[in-house]
Amino acid sequence: MSRRLAIGLCVACCALPTGVSGDDHVRVLAASCAACHGTAGNSVGGTPKLAGLDRSHFILQMQSFRDGSRPSSVMHHHAKGLTLQEIEQLADHFATQPRLAGQAPRPLGGM
Amino acid sequence: MQRRTFLKLLGTGVVLGAFPKASWSGVPVQGRVIVVGGGYAGATAAKYLRLWGGSRLEIVLIEKGTTFVSCPLSNLVLGGSRRIGELTFNYAGLDRYDIKRLHDEIQAVDADKRQLVLSDGDRLGYDRLILAPGIDFVYDGLPMLASAEAQAIVPHAWKAGPQTVALRQQLEAMPDGGTFVISIPKAPYRCPPGPYERVSQVAFYLKGAKPKSKIIVLDANPEIVSKKGLFTRAWAELYPGMVEYRPNSQAMEVDVARKIVKTEFERVRADVLNVIPPQRAGRIAQTAGLANIDKRWCEVDFLSYESRVVSGIHVIGDAVSSALPKSAHMATSQAKVCAAAVVALLAGNAPDPQPVFANTCYSFVTDRLAMHIAHVYRYDTAKKIMLPAEGGGVSERPTEQEGQYAYWWAQNIWSDTLT
Repeated sequence: MSRRLAIGLCVACCALPTGVSGDDHVRVLAASCAACHGTAGNSVGGTPKLAGLDRSHFILQMQSFRDGSRPSSVMHHHAKGLTLQEIEQLADHFATQPRLAGQAPRPLGGM
Repeated sequence: MQRRTFLKLLGTGVVLGAFPKASWSGVPVQGRVIVVGGGYAGATAAKYLRLWGGSRLEIVLIEKGTTFVSCPLSNLVLGGSRRIGELTFNYAGLDRYDIKRLHDEIQAVDADKRQLVLSDGDRLGYDRLILAPGIDFVYDGLPMLASAEAQAIVPHAWKAGPQTVALRQQLEAMPDGGTFVISIPKAPYRCPPGPYERVSQVAFYLKGAKPKSKIIVLDANPEIVSKKGLFTRAWAELYPGMVEYRPNSQAMEVDVARKIVKTEFERVRADVLNVIPPQRAGRIAQTAGLANIDKRWCEVDFLSYESRVVSGIHVIGDAVSSALPKSAHMATSQAKVCAAAVVALLAGNAPDPQPVFANTCYSFVTDRLAMHIAHVYRYDTAKKIMLPAEGGGVSERPTEQEGQYAYWWAQNIWSDTLT
């Protein structure tokens, strides 16, 4: 088998996470949640997975962070900065993301 | 591109298919995007170009180092609760995105020809270039600190890596009752709360291991730049009597051998001395003529991060001139706006006219207690800059829960950037 074909097969079997939907505005905004909630909402742990979250549940949580009815240490600072339309767009976006296992890179260790 | 460069790219093991003008599947490529710099900004840009640009883009990531060392959490190495190896990664996790990775330091950018000049003189053409060069240090005012020999005695430790470890070793060797002196440059610099987190981490170590020791903070700024109330209170409550904060105290001169800093007002002698020099956009941004603001930072269009000086070149991360904090989360958010815009531009479309993104930055004041600052940033169409939206702010107090959140922030941003 040629080198090129071998690599091609390898790529075919480790499929890329796809399914990114929505326009650039919400997709970039949603992607900025990844620092805490993982790529496409697939948290590696410690924070809720947003991928595949029920739309109305997402909206209710964000509204509760906004009005303070759900106490939070960080999320109210984000929820209050978003428009209601953006919260709905984010809800749609994350609801359609496939739930995948989060991938943590392995530290090299030493020193 | 010359044959040597092609072989070099092949040597990375991630070249797929014929280079340059067809992707591995045989579909003609829409354009070649080269990303220079593999920190938070550059690695994220390369990954999201693939996620959003699909297989029709050819993506090249050029980074001189083969390992990624996280600045976030690196102050904990000084506090003793982390080892640098826990913050060190390679780039193998990005290989599944079909990113051609080249470990090289580029010499120059030929913007007219849209080519990069590699270290051996080979040229590599691009359709769009994204520079994520991070920061360089400005030694004009402190030339005595420019050499590696001087930095072995007075480290900056402001790029996580060997100097972080060296500074930790100096602290371990310092006698109880010694003085740690830190010099903070005028803003803007990388990581606004970082120097104050460092003070907290050194205090955490000294309180446990060498409680008679002192910390003197020589800050060139008129006050603590970020999370002021939180740091002031944390030092008073957690480390009473240990931290002495002196505002408006810019380092004018350093006696390296004797570890003495001179400010306008005084001479301060240290047992362990940490001078964080003033900063500017990384070298390649300077040589490419992109650093048009104060000859330090790069002015960009915040819809695409394209340089305001040279077309076809985008700049992201700490090198950008803006009121945005130079944080890792910010670098990744800028990278995503830029990646989406480059994908749009190469397809003949306009970028999103009103980008919005979030930024969260944690600081640890002990091994377990952390606190945050968080804002949503929104493009202001009149001012043409990113401005913080209503509702952002800081923690009420540092907590263990936020320490956990900070840890998971790191795990998730490493995952997002490197896998």
